[in-house]
Amino acid sequence: MSTTAIPTNTKWWNGGRSPFNISYGKVMMWYFLMSDAFTFGAFLISYGTIRFSVNEWADPNKVFDSAPFIHGGAPLLFVSIMTFILIISSVTMVMAVHKGHLMDKKGVEKYMLWTIIGGLAFLGCQAWEWTHLLTGEHFVLAKNGALEAWNTSVIHNPWGKELDAAALKEALGKTSPKVLQSMIMSHDHAATAASLKGLSVTQLTEKVNEMVAAGHMHVNNPGPIAFGGYFFGITGFHGFHVFSGVVINIIMYIKAKMGHFEQRGHYEMIEKAGLYWHFVDLVWVFVFLCFYLI
Amino acid sequence: MSEHHSAISSPEITYAAPHKDGVVKKFMKVTWVLSIITVIELVLGLGLAKNWFGESSGVILFIKGVICILSLAKAYYIVSVFMHLGDEIRNFIMTIVVPLCLFIWFILAFLWDGNSWKNLRNTDAGSRTEQVAKPAVTEKGLKN
Repeated sequence: MSTTAIPTNTKWWNGGRSPFNISYGKVMMWYFLMSDAFTFGAFLISYGTIRFSVNEWADPNKVFDSAPFIHGGAPLLFVSIMTFILIISSVTMVMAVHKGHLMDKKGVEKYMLWTIIGGLAFLGCQAWEWTHLLTGEHFVLAKNGALEAWNTSVIHNPWGKELDAAALKEALGKTSPKVLQSMIMSHDHAATAASLKGLSVTQLTEKVNEMVAAGHMHVNNPGPIAFGGYFFGITGFHGFHVFSGVVINIIMYIKAKMGHFEQRGHYEMIEKAGLYWHFVDLVWVFVFLCFYLI
Repeated sequence: MSEHHSAISSPEITYAAPHKDGVVKKFMKVTWVLSIITVIELVLGLGLAKNWFGESSGVILFIKGVICILSLAKAYYIVSVFMHLGDEIRNFIMTIVVPLCLFIWFILAFLWDGNSWKNLRNTDAGSRTEQVAKPAVTEKGLKN
């Protein structure tokens, strides 16, 4: 079909032709992404405001210091893997768009597949990180003066200032034997519920005190409660974008494979999906900055 | 063949930018730039974690500022090269970039507000009750 012949059903955007020499769909994708940037921006700025308004905040180097098979002591390691996964998947996406310009069907399919794999790998990492935070127990001085085992969630932030020795001693006196047992088990992997059952509260307290004195156990005050809500809210909203990006990319892969774009004579849909995917990478630059780096 | 023209995707478009052979090289260059900036950010972040820069809050703030500027550089490369905004017509670029300038006010105003909130929290200003003389209730007033 000649491009100079104008189909009768063409809906030009009422002005005759594109004012920016860019198709309607791409312009609208850009404006959608701009509005989405304001949504993410508003979330991150709200987080910044709250963080500025309090005297202490959860230290990211303590909260995010683990990776699969590495229990603590490795700040920034896991999140840097996630960051590089997204950068690489952005590169494969840009290559898919490039192959589309060249009308190279096989090339588009190959690079879309790599992009999808990158997106799934990122989501897997995020699932691990969330699980680690939501299931990991930390011992915290609760309101009633006793110690409790807290996870990191939207209602619990166990990452406040560390308790000093005197406060810890006082709190241990009020702590239930069950929590004392789990404190011991969390650091002494030889101990089991059965082996600790026979010990009296004084003996349990003694054991915990030894661990604290040896520097193996850190007990914190509760931190600002807003931390969990912002972390899970913003990374969750970003993760949802990654998820929908993966779904869009899968649809584009299938359509490319079925030859829809080849019939159409252009791969512009890959470009639009690419814009969305790069935007997801772009947002991660700032989520990474605000939650993990500073 | 030194350049390819894209298939024109819609009759409302009259021109598609040529894609030079060097474009893949450019993508690879940007990939390296993004990776190297990320590594620098990670090293600075690790430095903050390990107290390499001392306890001085001024120095720490400076390092954090450097990390923020590096992130903005990454954003520029992603948008300009990977999203091809740099290849669009200047007026179109402006319709995206000019509204984003709202962020300058947005960030400054709200962080300022957060800081002010902290100052109120740390003084008695937030809990102070105003000493306003209440209008005296006279017997007459009550009768009315």
